Amino acid sequence: MEKISVKVCTGTTCFVMGGANLQELHDLIPRKYGDKVEVSGSPCLGLCSINWEYSKAPYVKVNEAVVNEATVEKVLAEIDKQIGNN
Amino acid sequence: MNNIGQAIHLKKEILVRIIKAFLSDNFEKNTRLIPFDMRPKGIEVPYRCCVYKERAIIKDRTIAGLGFPIEEDDETVSLSDYAKQALERTEINNRHLTVLQAACKGCATNRIYVTDLCQGCVARPCQSVCKFGAVSIQNGKSVIDNEKCKKCQMCVKVCPYKAIVKISVPCEDSCPVGAVKKDQTGFANIDYEKCINCGKCISACPFGAVHEKSQIIDILKAMKSDKKVIAMIAPSVVGQFPGNIYQLKTAMINAGFDDVYEVAQGADITANTEAKEFTERMDEGQKFMTTSCCAGYNQLIKKHLPEIKPFVSDTKTPLYYTAEIVKKDFPDSVTVFISPCVAKRAECYENENINYVMSFEEMGALFIAKQIEITACEQTNFVKECSKQARRFGITGGVAESVKSSLNDETIIKPHIINGLNKESIKELKTIAKCGECSNGCNIVEVMCCEGGCIGGNATINNLKTSQKLIDSFADSSEDIKKIG
Ligand code: FES
Repeated sequence: MEKISVKVCTGTTCFVMGGANLQELHDLIPRKYGDKVEVSGSPCLGLCSINWEYSKAPYVKVNEAVVNEATVEKVLAEIDKQIGNN
Repeated sequence: MNNIGQAIHLKKEILVRIIKAFLSDNFEKNTRLIPFDMRPKGIEVPYRCCVYKERAIIKDRTIAGLGFPIEEDDETVSLSDYAKQALERTEINNRHLTVLQAACKGCATNRIYVTDLCQGCVARPCQSVCKFGAVSIQNGKSVIDNEKCKKCQMCVKVCPYKAIVKISVPCEDSCPVGAVKKDQTGFANIDYEKCINCGKCISACPFGAVHEKSQIIDILKAMKSDKKVIAMIAPSVVGQFPGNIYQLKTAMINAGFDDVYEVAQGADITANTEAKEFTERMDEGQKFMTTSCCAGYNQLIKKHLPEIKPFVSDTKTPLYYTAEIVKKDFPDSVTVFISPCVAKRAECYENENINYVMSFEEMGALFIAKQIEITACEQTNFVKECSKQARRFGITGGVAESVKSSLNDETIIKPHIINGLNKESIKELKTIAKCGECSNGCNIVEVMCCEGGCIGGNATINNLKTSQKLIDSFADSSEDIKKIG
C-alpha cells in the first residue's frame, strides 16, 4: 500500500485563516496512523491566489485531494476515506 | 469547524475584502459590492434563511470593519457612503466594541428553565428551596415565574432529576463585570460605563455578534500619506504568523510600514523600573504591589476596583515606553500598535504617542490582501535586541518573572498570579485590596485579564499551547535581562 501524504499549508493565507490550529496534525497523524501516513508542512500550495479562493483557506492536501476550510476532523475524515479506498 | 471558528473566518474574510477594496481603483464601489461578492445570486446559503439576510449581515459586519458602530445603522446608508465617511474621518472615538444585534436573534435570553424532565415529584424541593417564591406547580409540573426569579439557581442544584437548567447567554456569562446584557427585546447591549474592553464577549459569542470597530482604513490612509507609519509589535506576536519575527518585520515593511519596533524593548524598561519600585515599596513596609501592564486590568481598576489603587505600581506599560522612544526617533510619525486584544485600544486612545491599533487578525488580513508570503521574506534586524524575559511578557507569569530577574536579590519576591479575570478572581482581588495583603504571603500580584496572558487575547490567531511553545523557544535564544542595557 502506498503511503498517504498529507501536506498542511503553512503559507500566510492559510495560517491566518485558521491553519495555525492545524499544527496538532503533526502529532496526531503519526500517533493515529503510524507510518501509513506521512504529514508535512508546505509553503503556499498556490490554491489561495486563485480568484478569491482564500475564502476557502486553510487548505490541506491529502495525496491529490484538496481539503478546503480544513479542520483537524475534516483532514482525518479524508485520510480515513482514502485508507478505505486503498 | 465550530460556529465560533466560522464566525472568525467570516470576519477575517470581510477585512481582507475591505483592504482589497481600499487598494483597488474604486474603494467605494468595491466596498458596496462586498456582500454581493461574498453571497452572489444563486449561491447556496450557508448559515441563514436566505441570501438577502446573509448579505444584510455581511453588510453589518463590513460597517464594523470600516470603523463604525453597527447599532447606529438605520439601513438607509449604503456601504459606499460608509466607505466615503471612513475616508473623510479624521478622528476615532473611545468606543471600541459594537454588536451585530441581528445575530442575537438565535440566542435565548438568560433564565432558569424547567425542562420536560420534571417529574412533578411530591417532595418539590425546587419550590421549598426558592427564597423568592418564584416556583409554583401548574398541571403537576414546576413552573418558574421570571418576574420573581433572581437566578440564584438553588432550584437547579436541588432538583433530584436535574430537570431544571440555566439557559446561558454566552456573552453575558463571559463578561467579568456584568457590562453585557440581553435586553427585553432580546438584543445584546454593552454598557460602556462598565465595560473594560476585555474582549471576552467577542470570543464567547457563537454567532460572532460582537465586533471590534476597526481602524484599518485610518491606518491604510496614513500609509498612503507622506507621513512615516511606524508599527510596534506586542511581544505576543511571536508565533502568531509563519516565519520568525525578523521575517515578520520585512513582511510588515512590504505591507506598508516604514519601520517596526518590538514592544519588548519597552518591556525591558518596565521590568527594570518596576523592580526598583517594588524594592522601594517593600522598604516602605507595603505588604504587596500589583502590576499595571494589562490594559483590561487597568480599566478594571479604574471602573470597578479603585480600592486597589494604592497598591498598583506607577510604572508604565511596555507600550508606553516603546511609543515614547518611537516618537523621539520619528517625531512626526503615525504610530500603530499591533495588538492581541481590544483592551489595548482603550489604552492607546488615552496615550497621545499612539495613534492607532491594528489587531493581529487585521494584520493577517493585510498580509493576505497584499499577498505577502512571510516565510519567503528576508530577515531584517531590530535596532535593539530585547531580553528573554521581555519577550515572555505576553505569557501569564512573564511580567512577575521579569521583575524578579531584574532584582538584585531575587529571593525577596513572592509572586501571586491571577490568570484571567472572571467574577471569582475579581472577588479575590477585592479581598486582597481590602485586607491590604495577600493571605498566602505573596508580595507581588500579577494580573492578566486573559487566561494564558496576552497570547489568549481575543484577536489572536494561534492557539495558546502552540504560541506559548513558539514564544518560549524564541525567548530561550535571547539574552538575559541583566545583560540588556
Ligand atoms: S497559503 Fe495556503 S494555499 Fe496559499
